[in-house]
Amino acid sequence: MSETFQEQRSYIEMNARQRARQLLDPGTFHELLGPFDRVESVWLPKQDIVPQSDDGCVVAKGTIDGEPAVVIAMEGKFQGGSIGEVVGMKMAMAFHLARKDNEKGIPTRAVLSLESGGVRLQEANIGELVIAEIYSELVALRKHMPVVVVIAGNTGCFGGMSLAAGLSSYVIMTRQARLSMNGPEVIEQEAGLEEIVASDKPFVWSMCGGAQRYETGAADVLVEDDADEITNAVKELFRKGQPKVQRTDQYELYIKRIAAMDTSKQWMPEDIRKVWKEIAQ
Amino acid sequence: METMNFEYPASTEVPKRACVGVVASGDLEVLLQPSKDSKSRVTIQTSVLGFKDTWKSVMDWFFGQYTDAADIVIHDAGATPGTVVLRLQQAVEESRS
Repeated sequence: MSETFQEQRSYIEMNARQRARQLLDPGTFHELLGPFDRVESVWLPKQDIVPQSDDGCVVAKGTIDGEPAVVIAMEGKFQGGSIGEVVGMKMAMAFHLARKDNEKGIPTRAVLSLESGGVRLQEANIGELVIAEIYSELVALRKHMPVVVVIAGNTGCFGGMSLAAGLSSYVIMTRQARLSMNGPEVIEQEAGLEEIVASDKPFVWSMCGGAQRYETGAADVLVEDDADEITNAVKELFRKGQPKVQRTDQYELYIKRIAAMDTSKQWMPEDIRKVWKEIAQ
Repeated sequence: METMNFEYPASTEVPKRACVGVVASGDLEVLLQPSKDSKSRVTIQTSVLGFKDTWKSVMDWFFGQYTDAADIVIHDAGATPGTVVLRLQQAVEESRS
């Protein structure tokens, strides 16, 4: 902690472009397929919805800690950070090109700054297809170089992108962020109020918020909403290199943990932490 | 969704292009870049129908003071006239920074 009052710069308050710029070394940000290229969703205007010039996804090349890197940052405020055709292909192609560079001997790092409610319902079929592309490219890339996911903002990370986070090598979260397959509103709608009260924010955050996800191993690093702290956490993870074991290779452990939970009673966050830590392998 | 176009005479040059804002409820995205002739053109796509007169007033006021020859694209998600003007001014500022 600094002795003087130092301005903490919020990462959450930044838009996608500012976030990408923040995570790359100063002065190295170079956007690919930027807003002036006007690669927008062709599906949204057909449904009377105003598109955004970058479709809510910023892809930027540059360096991180002096090494070649690509940052893919989602804009959670546009269409709920949903994955449509353009967003998804930008993401998948960025991973693809990063892998190609790695194969050519240029060790390229990839960071994914997620802010997503999942697939874009207006482009559902194509959206699901590109999400599959994202997964396969992410898994191919992580063999060469760790893929780091940052989940910071209030949109959180749900649906298809929650699985992308699960496939990544490392996940960095803030306490403000949430990570879950189904969002609380969806669970309430499908399973009823006895299952979850989506408006009970303290409960929702205690279950799928960053602190709980960190304590139960779905996130690797818990950070404050501080742009520099998040940038440093990303650098540290790349310095660390590959994780000892990929999260997705531990599926047997997770199955065991879930099987140990008696679903007839309401589990509280602390109990989940305790039981999951007891079942360590 | 409603689309509209406006055109204004211009006399000075846009130093560099700028992109500001997000297409999020109550906000808008503004893309500003140099036009190829001495005219400014604005293309607006807005999610709110029936406010063409208001848009025209805002644009008339803005181009009463702004003289750069710009192609401007606006993607609007229901911003108020005040927000629209602030975003336009922000885009101009960025194009001059």
